[in-house]
Formats: sequence, C-alpha cells, structure tokens
Amino acid sequence: MPRDTVGRTITVAVVLCLVCSLLVSATTVALRPRQAAQRRLDKMRNILIVAGLIGEDAHPSQAEIERLFERIETRWVDLEREATLVPKEEEESIDTDQMIFLPPDMDIARIKRHPRFMEVYFVRNEDGSLDQIVLPISGLGLWSVLHGFIALDADLRTIRGLGFYEHKETPGLGGEVDNPKWRAQWRGKTAFDETGRVCIRVEKPGGGGGSSDDPCHIDALSGATFTSKGVQNAIHYWLGENGFGPLLKRLQQERNDGKA
Amino acid sequence: MEHYISLFVKSVFIENLALAFFLGMCTFLAVSKDVRTAMGLGLAVIIIQGITVPTNNLLFQYLLRPGALAWAGEQYAELDLSFLGLITYIGVIAAMVQILEMALDRYFPRLYHTLGIFLPLITVNCAILGGTLLMIQNEYNFPEAVTYGFGSGVGWAMAITVLAGVREKLKYSDVPAGLQGLGITFITVGLIAMAFMAFGGIQL
Amino acid sequence: MEKPKDVLLTPIFDNNPIALQVLGICSALAVTTKLHTSVVMAVAVTLVVGCSSAAVAAIRHYIPSSIRIIVQMTIIASLVIIVDQVLQAFAYEASKELSVFVGLIITNCIVMGRAEGYAMHHDVKLSFLDGIGNGLGYSFILLVVGITRELFGSGRIYGVEVLPLARDGGWYVPNGLMLLPPSAFFLIGLIIWAIRTWKPEQVGKS
Repeated sequence: MPRDTVGRTITVAVVLCLVCSLLVSATTVALRPRQAAQRRLDKMRNILIVAGLIGEDAHPSQAEIERLFERIETRWVDLEREATLVPKEEEESIDTDQMIFLPPDMDIARIKRHPRFMEVYFVRNEDGSLDQIVLPISGLGLWSVLHGFIALDADLRTIRGLGFYEHKETPGLGGEVDNPKWRAQWRGKTAFDETGRVCIRVEKPGGGGGSSDDPCHIDALSGATFTSKGVQNAIHYWLGENGFGPLLKRLQQERNDGKA
Repeated sequence: MEHYISLFVKSVFIENLALAFFLGMCTFLAVSKDVRTAMGLGLAVIIIQGITVPTNNLLFQYLLRPGALAWAGEQYAELDLSFLGLITYIGVIAAMVQILEMALDRYFPRLYHTLGIFLPLITVNCAILGGTLLMIQNEYNFPEAVTYGFGSGVGWAMAITVLAGVREKLKYSDVPAGLQGLGITFITVGLIAMAFMAFGGIQL
Repeated sequence: MEKPKDVLLTPIFDNNPIALQVLGICSALAVTTKLHTSVVMAVAVTLVVGCSSAAVAAIRHYIPSSIRIIVQMTIIASLVIIVDQVLQAFAYEASKELSVFVGLIITNCIVMGRAEGYAMHHDVKLSFLDGIGNGLGYSFILLVVGITRELFGSGRIYGVEVLPLARDGGWYVPNGLMLLPPSAFFLIGLIIWAIRTWKPEQVGKS
C-alpha cells in the first residue's frame, strides 16, 4: 500500500490535527473552572499564612479556607489614581488586564510593569474593626521576580508578617526567604519612620548596619545579597508613593480622626 | 544598542542554556565525544535557535497571547489561546528543522553533509523549546528575541565545545572501570556547571 | 517474540533510559530537589511515554514516513498539554513547582525515542508496556536522586523531617550543594557507577 502519496500525507495530517486539537481543547475547556478555583485557593492560602491565621505547612480544606476568609474583606485598589479603593459597585467594570509600565527611574523593585488594579485584603476582628491589612508585593531577586505578601498591623506601620509564594532563588542561600526563622524577625518591625518614609533596611547583621533592636533593621540572608536587596526594594516600592503608600496614609489619617 | 549587547552577553554566559538551566542535556552528553562533531552540532543549534525563537515570538505576540487576536476584529479580542502554546512552538521547531534540512540539501550540499545527521536530533533538544519558553517567560519583544535566540544558541554551542575538549583529554586519564565513559562525563559536567554558577546574578 | 514481562522490566535496570541510553536527563536534574516533585514528574512522564507509544503504535501503518517525526511530535505534545492541564487542576502546587518542565516533557528524548525506536514497529500492547517500562526506569533514577537530595539537602523525606536540622535545634547541618543542580550530575554519575559495578556487562556498551 503506498504511504507517501501527497493526498494521503495531507489526509493523515489533517485527521491527526483534528483529533488532537479536539482532545486538547476539550480538556482545557472542561478543566478551566477547576484550575481557576485551585489558583484562587492557593492564593487565599498564602494570604492566610502571611496573616498568621494558619500555620506554615498547613493545608486546610477548601471549606476551611473559605470559612477563615469570611474575616477578610477583599478590595480593589487603583494604582493609577494614588491607590484609591475602587467603590464596591464599580468592581464589576474593572479591567484586570490593564498594566502600568514603569520607567526605569521609578522602577526601584525592577519589575518593569504591574497591573493597574490590584487586590488588597482587610482582615477584620469579630467586632468589625481592622486587625491587619495584607498587601501584595513583588521585586526582582537574583534569578527572577519574587512574589509575596506583607501584612501590617492595624496601626498600618508595624509589620505583622511577610512571605513569598513564588520565587526561583538559589536553594539554601536566597531560597532561605522561605525560612520561618528568618521571616519571624519581621514581626513587630516598623515599616515607616516618624516622617512617614519607608525605613526598612535589609542589611548585614552587626558591623556598620543596625542591630536587631533597631525597629527598621532586618538581618540580611547570608550569602544572598541580591535576594536581600530585592526584598528591601520590593517593600520600598510597594509601600512607597507609587505603590500602596497613599492608601496607607489615608487610612492612617482616618484612624487618627476617628480617635480624636 | 547597549541593551542588546548586554542581553547577548547575558544569554551566552550568565544564563547559559546548557550550564545554568541544564537544557539540551541528552544531546549535550551524547554528542560531545570529540570537538569537531561538537562544533558541528553547536552550529546547527545556533542556526535553529536563531530562527525559531524570533518566529515563536511573532506567533506569541500576534496569535496566542491573551488579547493577541485583536487585529482580526473586535469579537476575537477576548480570546486566550496560550494553552496551544506548546504544540505551536514544537510544530514550528519541527517544521523549521525539516525546512532547513531540505534547503541545505538543495543549496549548500557541503554544509548539509557536515550538519545533516545532527538536524533531526535538534527537534528533541530541550534547549530549543526551552529557549522559546524562557523567551516567553521573560516577555522579550521581537528585536530582543532575535538577540536572545542567537545568543543562547552561541552559549549552548560554546558549552558543548568546552565539554568535548575536556572529554578528549579525559581519554588519557585513569578512570575506574565502572565510572568510565558516561559516569565520569556526568561528574565532569557537574564540575563545569559549578564553575558556571559563579556567573549567577552578575548584572550588566 | 519478546515476552511482555521482559519488555516491561528490562528498561528498569538492564537498559535504563537515563543511565544507559543517556535520555531524558534535562528534566531529571531540575525537578529532583524534592521527592514530591520527583514523584509527580515520574508519574507524568510514565503516563505520557506509555500512552504516546500506544497511540503511535496504533496508527503506525497509516503514518507517511515523510511527516513521521512531526506526527509523533503532535501526539506527544497533545498528551503533554493534557497532563499539564490536569496537573494545574488537581495538583496545583506541584504544577507550580514544575513550571516549564512539564512542557519540556515534549522534548524528553525518552518519549520521542520510544515512539520512533519501538512503537513504529510493534503492536499496541507491547508498545504500551515498553513505554511504561521505560517510564518506570526513568522514575527509578528520579526517585533515588530525589530521596538523596531531599534527605541530605533539607533533612526531610517527602516533606517529613528525618534529620532534625541544626537551625531548628537539631544536629544536622544540611548540605547546600545537594539543592543545587550540579549535585544531580554527581549523583547520576555515581548511580551509573553502581549499576555498572553490579552488572559489569554494561561497561563500555555506550
């Protein structure tokens, strides 16, 4: 039977393409909702870990995560307009694909660009008062961009926790950003100094740098200068004036007004 | 211009596909017995990488990326075909390899005789597909993709030539029987890779 | 006529795809820092090799030789995309850690090598067994390397602490080299040495 006639070659190619594309498309379409749900759960889990609501290695069930998340209010922030909260009724019309491209002089975290609209998370106490706020951060480390969250106490200055859910740093060196011990020292540090500037410095312990009593000092990861610098840059960018800084300032103002 | 030169140097040395990302290892180990063949294969990789990375970049920009089909009309602007990425890229690679093989055979028979046997090997070389996937991950634009494709090819070619050089010398060494050949090659590559890790994190 | 049992079992020790045929090494290096990712990768590759060999064998009489390679590629790529999608839906964390390496199964030479070298000339059942056998051979090396690297690199096996680490008050100081890619080369080199000492007839075969 001749196999290599032109007609036959084309028939086989076409039939194969049809069968394969049907299979691939069917799987993709069928699994898409589940994938989206998994991605969402994974993100929620990471937020809960940084907020200290579940343990480091905890893998709670979906129902458990949903239940814990009832305390958390998710709001969108418009980073093009001084990090204003998008009113709830306008959330539907947000274009989540819209990007802000950063010119090199503004791009201290070296991420090139980020979405215009981003989610922030308000963790509430039983009585509805603010317990902490969780903000997304990202910055270039040694090998690639680190993605994570930072949690701030209700005073919006004190750090509650910090964690990265995605990075490709060298295991054992930069990869130690995941080390619970290293991350524990962030707790209770102040992110802003008296003048309201971001003051966190990730620097060598001892020597010319600050000591661990200094509220702005974080011990750098040994042997991982670029990763440490990347974490510092990420915090300076995202808590700074082009990131969530204005939002935090306004919330602080509201809080003080409320007290007075 | 400076930007492209630094990207080129980065793709050759710092982010070397073979020694920093460990891609294309099968051929890297199998075809590094002598320097001449290694250089032939290296040349073939440079050519294919230089063609496929930019081609796949265009396909990604104008067909697959979410919203890429906006040029075809409003109603297609929402489509996200990125799940077809893998199959498209590998198709392009296989087709390019086949076309290059036929073109060389027709117009440069001498080059074809040198490179001929290596070309089919290249389709299954992870370095080629890996190059494309990394290009997409790093979101390079077209001129950057051209530079990166060419640079990463040169880097891979350089790495395989280096290994072949070491292996030629190794022939005269007294290696324990069970470790001869493949075993010692693995260990050699491990050592070269450790040396290359020193480039890690150099910012240009 | 080969016995189905031999077809399944020889690739594990006697003709191991990684140690003897030097195939499928790229992914073996990158995903073995933890046993968990090694297991996921091993299962994914074994399934892909088995199914693609069976599929190629099923249509082997219809494939025109001029487009042979690209036909095999298409089948393999479709299977890999399906595996990738399933992982994203059911094992999201693992798929995040494996990142581009799931996609690179396409260019894992074991898959292509079995399709071209075996499935093109054998029937569906034998090809499937051959595929699974080679997948298991690959899995064997992956698991050994994965266990060693996780144990000595972070003192754990499958995420469970075995050697208490010094930084958490234990006694074991982890060997950072084990977590870096070059260590996989050293380990595979040593495994080859071990296999060849155990089965000396393999010396110099490749």
